[in-house]
Amino acid sequence: MVEYTKKVMEHFLHPKNMGEIKNPDAEAQVGNPVCGDVMKIQIKVENNQIKDIKFKTLGCAAAIATSSVLTELAKGKTLEEAEKISRDDIVKALGGLPPHKLHCSVLAHEALKKAIENYKKKYKPKNKSK
Amino acid sequence: MYFDNGATTQVDPEVVKAMLPYFTKKYGNASSLHKYGREARKAIEDARTIIANYLNVKPSEVIFTSGGTESDNLAIKGVAEAHGKGHIITSSIEHHAVLNTCKHLEKKGFKITYLPVDKYGFVDLNKLRESIRKDTILVSIMHANNEIGTIEPIEEISKICRREGVLFHTDAVQSFTKVPIKGPDLISISSHKIHGPKGVGALIKKESVKIVRQNDGGNHEFGLRAGTENVPGIVGFAKAVQLSKPSHVQEMTKLRDYIIDKILKIPDSWLNGHREKRLCNNINVSFKNIEGESLLLYLDSKGIAVSTGSACSSHELKPSHVLMAIGLRPEEAHGTIRITLSRFNTKEEADTLIKEVEAGVEKLRRMSPW
Repeated sequence: MVEYTKKVMEHFLHPKNMGEIKNPDAEAQVGNPVCGDVMKIQIKVENNQIKDIKFKTLGCAAAIATSSVLTELAKGKTLEEAEKISRDDIVKALGGLPPHKLHCSVLAHEALKKAIENYKKKYKPKNKSK
Repeated sequence: MYFDNGATTQVDPEVVKAMLPYFTKKYGNASSLHKYGREARKAIEDARTIIANYLNVKPSEVIFTSGGTESDNLAIKGVAEAHGKGHIITSSIEHHAVLNTCKHLEKKGFKITYLPVDKYGFVDLNKLRESIRKDTILVSIMHANNEIGTIEPIEEISKICRREGVLFHTDAVQSFTKVPIKGPDLISISSHKIHGPKGVGALIKKESVKIVRQNDGGNHEFGLRAGTENVPGIVGFAKAVQLSKPSHVQEMTKLRDYIIDKILKIPDSWLNGHREKRLCNNINVSFKNIEGESLLLYLDSKGIAVSTGSACSSHELKPSHVLMAIGLRPEEAHGTIRITLSRFNTKEEADTLIKEVEAGVEKLRRMSPW
């Protein structure tokens, strides 16, 4: 059996920012049910700042905890700051992950990165045309 | 609340009581000639007789080991080495103690056939008949599956093997004292699955069957398993066998069916294995759109112990080989838990379990993107 840190269990049992945003500015879904983990991240951006972020995750406790902690790390940050959140930051914020669960942090990292990318794709051209 | 009795069981207090004198008072080595040694020897031989009588075999056919895994190794490697070469047939849903022993022998040049199973986990008897060749030396098929509880038709398999003149071994670790057993030439059993202590088991071996010992050393256990006998363990094992009653099986069956009926009311859930031809204490159930490990840890936070059907909770991330063999898709296998009962579980506990499984599945499904 894997040993999870207290922090992982806290986030797993009482996840932060779990749910859906009504009209998200962008979202991204990563992972694959065959491997066991699917993560969906939605963001609401105001003045280049992540005003709101929510997740939905199908997966193990580590996948749920990494999603939850990621939303905490990203909320309130500018897009540039949020893009800099690394896998290590996620793992550190959880007080560590068992080695064979490290891929969950990869997934969370990828989900946020993609959501921001999708936001930029969606809004950058508009900004330019203004 | 403990619902993981397929992993291991609580040692019955009566068993502990029977074992205690053999730690502090009757601690002799059973090979010694003095009074202490004779006491230990008598305790072992009495235990051997109890287990032999229970299984209707001769005491000389009971070889004490350190548990199910060692018994499987001794049976399969023991037969293989006695033959030197040849072909072995097993199933694709065996416990790793059998599967990895077969893989080891494969590397040493033995030929192995891994028989497929149907959607319930039953070995195809026609495929078994077809697979037996001139050089087949052994068939090893488990009595009941540890994950999905399916009880294999081992009487039929025994008959087929006898007709073909091939030895038959069965891993009966999960079924021992729960399903009557007769027929195989070699049977692996274990103490800690039946409210006995860990670290002790036995290989039941018909006298006529030749095996090569895997532990070299002294002449213990008819020269087939060297090493000072685990006297308290052996005494506890026999006591656990004596304490098992057919009424326990009936009670567990009733509780099992009660839990299955209630849990299957949860939408998008299903039972793995066969509804009736399954161990009296096994419930293996899958839920769509949840991950078994998450449900396990949710239940754990409520003080309820179960296990996952998927190996995702262990150090492997691949889904269970058993669930794959019965045709589940990986994403289905991931959403599986195993609930295994003992005679100590009550209906009140079952009601709490059911309530928390419902709550856990609902909570986790709310988190799922689907």
